[in-house]
Amino acid sequence: MASNSSFIEVHQAEMVFSTKKGRFHALRDINLSVAKGEFVTLIGHSGCGKSTLLNLIAGLTLPTGGSLICDSREIAAPGPERAVVFQNHSLLPWLTCYENVHLAVERVFGTSESKAQLKERSLAALGLVNMAHAAAKRPHEISGGMKQRVGIARALAMEPKVLLMDEPFGALDALTRAHLQDELLKIVARTHSTVVMVTHDVDEAVLLSDRIVMMTNGPAATIGEILSIELPRPRNRVELAEDSGYVHYRKEVLDFLYTRHGVVASAA
Amino acid sequence: MVSAVFHSPLGGLDDEAPAVSTSTAAPAAAPAPVARRPRKPYDWNGLLLKVLPPLIGVGLLVGIWALLTMNGGSFPTPAATFAEAVKLFADPFYSKGPNDQGIGWNILFSLQRVAIGFGLAALVGIPAGFLIGRFSFLNHMVSPLISLLRPVSPLAWLPIGLLVFKAANPAAIWTIFICSIWPMVINTAVGVQRVPTDYLNVARVLNLSEWKVMTRILFPAVLPYMLTGVRLSVGTAWLVIVAAEMLTGGVGIGFWVWDEWNNLNVTHILIAIFVIGIVGLLLEWALVAIAKRFTYDEV
Repeated sequence: MASNSSFIEVHQAEMVFSTKKGRFHALRDINLSVAKGEFVTLIGHSGCGKSTLLNLIAGLTLPTGGSLICDSREIAAPGPERAVVFQNHSLLPWLTCYENVHLAVERVFGTSESKAQLKERSLAALGLVNMAHAAAKRPHEISGGMKQRVGIARALAMEPKVLLMDEPFGALDALTRAHLQDELLKIVARTHSTVVMVTHDVDEAVLLSDRIVMMTNGPAATIGEILSIELPRPRNRVELAEDSGYVHYRKEVLDFLYTRHGVVASAA
Repeated sequence: MVSAVFHSPLGGLDDEAPAVSTSTAAPAAAPAPVARRPRKPYDWNGLLLKVLPPLIGVGLLVGIWALLTMNGGSFPTPAATFAEAVKLFADPFYSKGPNDQGIGWNILFSLQRVAIGFGLAALVGIPAGFLIGRFSFLNHMVSPLISLLRPVSPLAWLPIGLLVFKAANPAAIWTIFICSIWPMVINTAVGVQRVPTDYLNVARVLNLSEWKVMTRILFPAVLPYMLTGVRLSVGTAWLVIVAAEMLTGGVGIGFWVWDEWNNLNVTHILIAIFVIGIVGLLLEWALVAIAKRFTYDEV
């Protein structure tokens, strides 16, 4: 990867948490560059620090060593150009689904667009995740999967330069998940967004990614291997199921996760 | 805690009126107040279980009181007190000069002082609580002061008020203010500190302005805590006003109690105690209702 085309650049990042029980070395020697428009997934066993790495890119936590750069600027704080879809949706319970999305839209486009345009954006984002019918409902009135969809709508509505997703489909049922993965592929193809997604689903990783970053087990986890997925786009999950390339990539990831870096019995 | 103690008798009073009307008046009049919530086959057993215990409680109190005053003495009987109360409430708004006014005026004057003192306290205390909860520097700066001033007895503040304002009425209001401000400051600050980090992360990612963070995230998240503070404050304010008025004089329920003590009219003192209790209960009940309205469901 030529460094001049890279959009996100992680250089020797290290993360040490100081907890009550002492120091916890979560990540070490992380070097990663993500090109503009690239779809990268981070995969690894639980506790390998993939969410920590995502938080570093989001700017929610700052690294204890090394540097992170996004769009030629050091990542020092979170910002709307790096939208995050949180693992637990994080919708505000006192706002309706529409208001939750609108809060983000208003922040990003509020100064440049009319009220009608902002409203249209918010509704379009909800429509994108098939949640337009629940615009007036509050988060406690809809199911967990629906909440996550609204969370995705909120992030997408900001038209971020980078979309950071922390196991966004983890809590969804298989059919909804497949539907949202397809929607995400379409959206990404259209907007050429750069996406970094944390997942523990091998099929999801292979289907969506340009590259899969496979992480070793923690503590002091690092990037074990990076697998380039050279499958043509648009990708169709049904056709891919029998594709020899797809099967091969899937086997590679499984091999890394379970043969070479099999989870230790005691780890959760 | 406090609210729980206040709660149950309220529930009793609430249900008492319809229950009495069902037993005495014609059935046609009864369903109007009670039968709104339940459906057609009326749950008489449930109503009985809800109404009976508080009634027994009140009955027990009155019974013991009647037993103890059976043989006469300076302490009036329940019947005499009730008769006097009826007479007193027949004309609550008379006014015969500054020291002889109806009980209605006395209650209203007290409530007015509480409203002004408590209102000012809310106006200062709630924003102060927000700032203290949001900025840890401020928190560390004022927390020793709060710890120092909070346990001071309400009446210790009264002379300061008299000194500064040189009048009884502002001094009483000042006392209410200073005593009812702490629960609001503390509860609001704690609420702000306990806002889930997820919500604040959302604010950070969206890079919301401090104003938006306050209005869209902190305020709704803190509201339930804040209302707890308000409830405690109103309770304190009502406690304090009676004591303050005893010292400052003027028109007010506290002064009225003191005045009746000087007249050795024990019956009126007993009535005043009931009135103070019931007004406190109603204040509490109103605020609980408001708090219920503004608590959202966690997700």
